[in-house]
Amino acid sequence: MKNWTIEHQDGVCLLTLDKLDSSQNVLSSTIIEELSVAVDEIEAEKPRALIIASGKNNGFIAGADVSEFAKVESAEQAAQFVGGAHKVLDRIEAFSFPTVAMINGHCLGGGLELALACDYRVACNDPSIRLGLPEVMLGIHPGFGGTVRLLEQCGVPGAMDLMLSGRTVIPKVATKMGFIDQAVPMRQLRRTVDFMLSKRPPVRRAKGWQKWLNSGLTRGLMASVLQKKVAKRASKENYPAPYAVIQLWKEYGGDRNLMLREEQRSVCKLVTTPTSRNLVKVFFLQEHMKGLGKTDPSEGKFKRLHVVGAGVMGGDIASWGALKGLDVTIQDNNPEALARASNRAYELFKKKLRDPRLVQRAMDRFQPDTDGSGAKRADVIIEAIFENADAKSGLFQELEKIARPDAILASNTSSIPIETLSEALQTPSRMVGLHFFNPVAKMQLVEIVNGKKTDKEVSKRATQFANQIGRLPLPVKSSPGFLVNRILMPYLMEAVEMHKEGVPDAVIDKVATNFGMPMGPITLADTVGLDICKNVASNLNASFGGEMPETLLSKVEAGHLGKKSGQGFYIWEKGKPQKVKPSSDYQVAPDLEDRMVFRFLNETVACLSEGIVDSHTLADGGLIFGTGFAPFRGGPVNYILDEGVEKMHGKLETLHQKYGDRFKPAPGWESLGS
Amino acid sequence: MYDARPVYIVDGSRTPFLKASAPGPFAAADLALQAGRPLLARQTFNAEDLDEVILGCVGPEPDEANIGRIVSLRLGCGESTPAWTVARNCASGMQALDSAATNIALGRSELVLAGGTESMSHAPVLFSDKFVTWLSEWARAKSIGKKLSALGRLKPSSLAPVIGLLKGLKDPVVGFSMGQTTEKIAWNFGITREQMDFFAIRSHDRLAAAIDNNLFEGELVPIYDNRGNSYTEDDGVRRGSTIEKLAKLRPVFDKPAGRVTAGNSAQITDGASWLILASEEALKKYNLTPRGKIVDANWAGLDPTQMGLGPVHASTPILKNNKLKLDDVDYWEINEAFAGQVLGCLAAWESEEYCKENLELDNAMGSLNQERLNLDGGGISMGHPVGASGARIVLHALHVLERNNWDKAMATLCIGGGQGGAMLIERISKP
Repeated sequence: MKNWTIEHQDGVCLLTLDKLDSSQNVLSSTIIEELSVAVDEIEAEKPRALIIASGKNNGFIAGADVSEFAKVESAEQAAQFVGGAHKVLDRIEAFSFPTVAMINGHCLGGGLELALACDYRVACNDPSIRLGLPEVMLGIHPGFGGTVRLLEQCGVPGAMDLMLSGRTVIPKVATKMGFIDQAVPMRQLRRTVDFMLSKRPPVRRAKGWQKWLNSGLTRGLMASVLQKKVAKRASKENYPAPYAVIQLWKEYGGDRNLMLREEQRSVCKLVTTPTSRNLVKVFFLQEHMKGLGKTDPSEGKFKRLHVVGAGVMGGDIASWGALKGLDVTIQDNNPEALARASNRAYELFKKKLRDPRLVQRAMDRFQPDTDGSGAKRADVIIEAIFENADAKSGLFQELEKIARPDAILASNTSSIPIETLSEALQTPSRMVGLHFFNPVAKMQLVEIVNGKKTDKEVSKRATQFANQIGRLPLPVKSSPGFLVNRILMPYLMEAVEMHKEGVPDAVIDKVATNFGMPMGPITLADTVGLDICKNVASNLNASFGGEMPETLLSKVEAGHLGKKSGQGFYIWEKGKPQKVKPSSDYQVAPDLEDRMVFRFLNETVACLSEGIVDSHTLADGGLIFGTGFAPFRGGPVNYILDEGVEKMHGKLETLHQKYGDRFKPAPGWESLGS
Repeated sequence: MYDARPVYIVDGSRTPFLKASAPGPFAAADLALQAGRPLLARQTFNAEDLDEVILGCVGPEPDEANIGRIVSLRLGCGESTPAWTVARNCASGMQALDSAATNIALGRSELVLAGGTESMSHAPVLFSDKFVTWLSEWARAKSIGKKLSALGRLKPSSLAPVIGLLKGLKDPVVGFSMGQTTEKIAWNFGITREQMDFFAIRSHDRLAAAIDNNLFEGELVPIYDNRGNSYTEDDGVRRGSTIEKLAKLRPVFDKPAGRVTAGNSAQITDGASWLILASEEALKKYNLTPRGKIVDANWAGLDPTQMGLGPVHASTPILKNNKLKLDDVDYWEINEAFAGQVLGCLAAWESEEYCKENLELDNAMGSLNQERLNLDGGGISMGHPVGASGARIVLHALHVLERNNWDKAMATLCIGGGQGGAMLIERISKP
């Protein structure tokens, strides 16, 4: 055994996983095979008790080895791995002596499934630790008996919530939900494990109504309720995994052994679906983007952030920074704007941190700054004032005088070239764009905008900054609209064009969400604000040609700006668009989807050939995390390649013939895929 | 006298003083934090460079034990910066400055953040002793029978709450409320209701003019609650009040015919104020420009039933030691606990009898020019958050000196319990 070690102390066996040549523990096929050998040995030894622990100080087990999982070619191959894991976990569960998982850090997916096979689970109560079964994020569901054991431990509502959403929880919450027995400070972890072994309290099981929900009487009803809930978030065709969990439970929830067996079959079927394949790609895209911002231990962490402009973007960037542990000053000469930003920060902290003491600490780190005193000490300065080149240039000139020479000077501009702003500086190379998306707390992407003069080191530090505050950095060239807005705009404009043609807005949106967009383009335009759409569009048209739709202009003129003004394309009530259903005999034109999607895809190809981003991978990553482009399709470029470049190019050509030059294939199509 | 090493004032700040409405949006620690953050942010040194933090506070909440340390940590002064809390009732903020100055003069500290804070709107409402006794009986009663009998002994009268603030404003030794001490002074010196009301109206007028002329710039920092409100001005000011209107108010303390009303007393208010004090070494080390110097400070005790005369007893020895007459000091801040009490101080100095008997003077001290006193309002218009006022009047006196190119100022206040505190400062003119 290379990854597991067995120690005996006073008749207690301590089985520790310390994955070779890896910073974290993941369950690979080798590790499962070795675990089986270890279990043989332990069975023969017959210790008084077994403790399963991690040799890594940053976590317990982070899940199955996704890189290995990505290479699985067939359901049969998957079955072999999954079957092996099931066998060894069943044996651990069947040990006659008590077993405890000593959870010192992240315990996810297969790692939690292993822990669930033990009699007791004792976890460190640090709120940075996450526990859960996030397999649906990869298009599969728990496959090491986790579906069965989690349901037994914490009942239907809790277990289904975790498995269907893939959300993870902190140890304190896990204890309340019932699948962790004790959450204690690190200093008490081992003592509590020993305590559990000496006291041997009854093994925890879901009780009362939570158990009753599992009975045959209610399962069918409950399953259809759950299905409806899932359907609100994901369609069955695009995201089969959560539906498979519900189906599995509905049919076999009454028979433990049968459900364990059927879980294997179900998960193996999912492994080879295109959805799972693509979601695994997205997982690696995300890892790749995080990797762009990796810091060497020698490089210092960012401590102080100064944001100028307490509008929604500036305020939200500042509060996100404070949430992530930075000391933040937010500068604005209007105390009322600062008060609104403080309130938004407080609401964010309350939602994310819950514990009033942590909320207070975060508020203490969020400092309104009418004088701009914070600029001189900051490691990073982000400008987020209104979109006016002269105002921004003037501000940067002032900031350059007071900022530390090594501070990053960044603009959150969405439309002004970095070169224009940096011209005014003594050292233009220190300026970079850090383009966040609205809402900052939800949108993971940050475009790192490199002007022609931006220093490589500055760009790298900006990337590291984004990574440090838990956002995905996407290096892009400073060209109008950068990547995300540039590509979104033609897609939105096509939707506006359809609106003009008389296609009902609700239909346009429905076609887009059916394709897999998180929000339809009409709703998106209303949410972003039609005035902002108009500005971005006119800015892009100035560089790339194209016409401003009359509809958009007249709406903006009438003050119908979208969600924020209560009316845009839709009427908005209580933050929700009032969608009118088209009459039942309304015929949806067959090419609506293609028209929207191909403008999106064609613009992506154009950006690639212009070198706005460095690779297909980054284009896909940027567009998934920046626009929500159907993750199960693996990103726009991946989608073109999966469908076949020639076929897709042909479809585009057809649209070009029918609708004219806005569908003219961009120059990059020929070289795509080669 | 800070002879050993000079003590410099580098900078200072305060929150707007906010009329208390229970409970206000800010606890005492929150006020001190919000006054301190922008002050520290604008310095050339880091918060961790401070040698100590000293905070005056009369009534910290139960979860604010050693409130100085709490605020110091929340301000980011670092775990290794010691911090403590001082209390000398209404002069707690000035006590913090004096303690800081003493430590600097002695060479124990180089750079100190000192000030005061008070959230009077968070003053506790307490259970009566009777109810607390009953509660412990209830806890001891184990059987249902005993519980029922305990319940039977609970009298509705014991449920009446005790207002902590009122307890604090009554002298427990002599049994006088603070207002009654002023009634006694008024009686002794023949100060009339009209004089008090006139003084009160002038206080409001002066504050209103100061706000309108932006005279608190650089001294007052805006503060923010979590609900989206910003606070940028002292909100106790009453504009356009008249003698007639004030005359309608009823006496609060000596009913029915007393002179002291809510209108000519200090308001119950929340607020905080800080100063940064430094030694010569610290000035050099951090390249700081001193704005002023603390020259002297003094504390005095007197008859608790006339505590309002404290300023006279505390500042007269400073004048004597420094060979100064009243008008050698360019500017005076006498904290306005009550209009009658400030007027009493002026009357005492004018009284040969009082000066001879109580201040070891041969003659009357003289008349204090009221055009050199509390020019921008005071406790009556702005409010008197007890722990904070002592620091505020020193800070504001410095601002007034700077504004007028004057040199010396005395900040002084009366202290419930029968004391007075005074601090003499000097402006340092810019090179």
